[in-house]
Amino acid sequence: MLIDLTLCVGCNVCQGACKEENQLPPSEEKYLSLTAYTALSKYNDLYIRRMCQHCDVPTCVSVCPVAALSKSEAGPVAYDGEKCIGCRYCLQACPYHVPKYEWSSTKPRIQKCKFCAPRLAKGLPPACAEACPTGATIFGERDELLLEAARRISAEPTKYVPRIYGKDDVGGTSMLYLSPVPFEQLGFDARLGKIPMPMLTMSALSKVPNVLSVGGVMLGGIWWITNRRSEVAAFEASEKKGETPEHEDKP
Amino acid sequence: MKIRLLPRITRWHPIATTLILAGTLAAIARFTYGLGATTNLSDEFPWGLWIGFDFLGIGLAASGFTIVAAVHLFHAKEYEPIVRPAILTAFIGYMLVVLVLILDLGRPDHFWHPLVMWNPHSVMCEISWCLMLYTSVLSLEFAPIVLERFNILWPIKWIHAISLPLMIFGVLLSTLHQSSFGSLYLIVPNRLHALWYTPLLPVLFFISCLASGISMILLESLIFSRGGRDLLPTRLRANLAKVIAVILALYFVVRVENLLARGAWHELTTVTYFSLAFYAELLIGFVIPFGLLVVERVRNSRRGLYAATLLVVVGFALNRMNTAITGLESYPAQTYFPSLIEIFIMLGITALGFSAFSFIVKHLPIFEPVAVTPRVRQEAVTARPEPVFLTRHGGDLESS
Ligand code: SF4
Ligand code: SF4
Ligand code: SF4
Repeated sequence: MLIDLTLCVGCNVCQGACKEENQLPPSEEKYLSLTAYTALSKYNDLYIRRMCQHCDVPTCVSVCPVAALSKSEAGPVAYDGEKCIGCRYCLQACPYHVPKYEWSSTKPRIQKCKFCAPRLAKGLPPACAEACPTGATIFGERDELLLEAARRISAEPTKYVPRIYGKDDVGGTSMLYLSPVPFEQLGFDARLGKIPMPMLTMSALSKVPNVLSVGGVMLGGIWWITNRRSEVAAFEASEKKGETPEHEDKP
Repeated sequence: MKIRLLPRITRWHPIATTLILAGTLAAIARFTYGLGATTNLSDEFPWGLWIGFDFLGIGLAASGFTIVAAVHLFHAKEYEPIVRPAILTAFIGYMLVVLVLILDLGRPDHFWHPLVMWNPHSVMCEISWCLMLYTSVLSLEFAPIVLERFNILWPIKWIHAISLPLMIFGVLLSTLHQSSFGSLYLIVPNRLHALWYTPLLPVLFFISCLASGISMILLESLIFSRGGRDLLPTRLRANLAKVIAVILALYFVVRVENLLARGAWHELTTVTYFSLAFYAELLIGFVIPFGLLVVERVRNSRRGLYAATLLVVVGFALNRMNTAITGLESYPAQTYFPSLIEIFIMLGITALGFSAFSFIVKHLPIFEPVAVTPRVRQEAVTARPEPVFLTRHGGDLESS
C-alpha cells in the first residue's frame, strides 16, 4: 500500500473500516492496540498512519522460535496463535513496535494488522485502502506503487521530500510512505538502516555450524593431546620413581 | 562428615519455606490471572526480571561446563574435587532457568513447540534447543552420582562409554547458548542503549560467562570448605584466580576497545542513569576484581579470593541485568520495575534451588574435601571399572 501523507486529512475512516472488517470495538483510538490495528498519530498538522509495515524481510518472522509468524508471497505477515508460545520476542524485536500482546488473557495471543489477507485472497483491496475517501492510502502491486510514488515526487518536487519510506528501509516494506517533511520528524526511527534487521542476527547464527564442527575437533584434539601428555608425564614419573607428574595448570 | 551449607544464615529453613510458599502462591496467581495482571511487563517492555534471572542463572551455571572442560578435556585432573559441586550447581541452575522460562511464556502449555516447529533464523529457537540438549547432557553427567548412591552400576558404564563425546557436546552447547543470550539483543540496535549494544554481544557474553563460571567454582570451593577442609588447595585456587584475572582483562580490553571504535564512549562523558550503571558494572565486575586478583597475596588468601570472586559474580549480575533491563529503558523512554509477584516468583525459585542443593548435598556424595591423605571412595566397588565421573585419581591431592 502507498500512503501519501499530503493527502491524509485525518478522518480516521481507515481505522473505522479496519475495525469493522476485523470485528473490533468501534471506538476511536489514537495508538496501536489490541483493538486498533491501525491508528493515526498527529505531528503538527500532518497525520501519519501507523500499522504493521509487512516488511519484506520481517524481523518478527525471523525471531519467532516456532515460526508462528510467516511472510507470504502476496505480502501479508500472518500470525498463527496455535503455534505461538508467547515468548514475546516479536514485541521486543519489531522495529516499529507493532505486535501487541493480550496481556490480560490466560491464553494470550499477538494482535496486529493482518493486511486483510482473507480479502486479498478474494482479490479485494484491504478494507482500509478501500475506505480511504481521499486516496491517501492506495493499494496495488508494490512495483507499481513504487513507480507511482516516484512519479508523484518528480511531478511535485517541492511538495515531497525526495524519499519513499519503505522502499528499502529495513530491507523494504509493503507499506510505502510519501511525506512533505523528513520522516525523522514523524516519529520514524532514524536509527533503522536499510539493512534488514534479521541480518544482524544471521551473522552470529551462521557461525553455529562452525562452532560445532571446528570446536568439536579442537576440543577432541585438546583432549587427545593433553591426555597423551599426562600419560607421558605419568610414564616419566614412574621411570624416575616417586616424583609426582606435572600437569598443565591451564583449566 | 557433615558440611554445613551457608552456615551464616541461621533459620534458613523457615526462610526458604516461606519464600517457596510465597513463590508458589505468586505462581498460582500468575496462572490464574495471566501475565498482565501479575507482572509489570507491557507491550513496550515485554521482557523483564525473569529474563534477567535466566541470564544470571545460565551465566553462573557456566561453572559446570568450564570445570568439565578443564578437568576432563584439558586433563587438569587436580581440579577433580570441584567437578561434582560444579555439575550440581549447573544442573540445578539450568532446572531453575527452565522453570522460570516456562512461567515466563505466555503459553506455558506450548513450551514444547520449539522442538517440533523450527525456525532456524531465530536465536530463541537455537537457545531452546541448546538449553534442552545441555540440560540432558547435565542430567547424564549428574546421573552417575545418583546411580552410584543407589548402587545401580550398569548404566554408569554405558554413560562412561559415551562420556567423551558427551562432554565435548556439552561444552560446545554451552559455548553456543552462552553467547546466544547475547545474540538475542543483536536484533534491537534501536532499542538497546549504545553502551550495551554491540555486534560483539555474543562474544562479550561468552567471555564474561567464563569469568563468572570460574568465579563460581572458586566461591563454591571456598564456601564449602568451612570446617577446616578444603576442596581445592591454595595453589590451585590461586591458579584459577590468575585465569579469572586474564579473562577479566580480555573482557575489559574487548569491551572498551569496542566502545571506542563505535564512538559509544561519548555516552560516558556525562553522568546519566545509564553511564552510572555502566561504570558500576565495569568497576565492580571487572576493574576492581582484576586489581585484586593480580596481587599474589590476594590470590593466596581465602578472604581476598572470596571478595574478588564475589565481586566478579555481582558485576556479572549487574551486566546481565543492565543488558536485559537498564539498557532497554532508554527506548522508548520506558521504565520498568518488576511487580511483587515477579519478585516473589523469582525469590521462591531461588530458594527452591538452594534447598534442592542442600538436600542433594546431604544425601549424595557431592563433596570430597581434600583430606590429609587421599581417601579411597567408600561407595565405589573397586572390582568394577571406574567410570570417568567417579574417578578420583588426581594423584597430587595435597592439603593446604
Ligand atoms: S512491522 Fe513489525 S510486525 Fe510488521 S512485519 Fe515488520 S517486523 Fe513484523
Ligand atoms: S510471542 Fe509468539 S509470535 Fe511472537 S515471537 Fe514469540 S512465539 Fe513467535
Ligand atoms: S490492512 Fe486490513 S487489518 Fe491492516 S489496517 Fe488495513 S483494514 Fe486493518
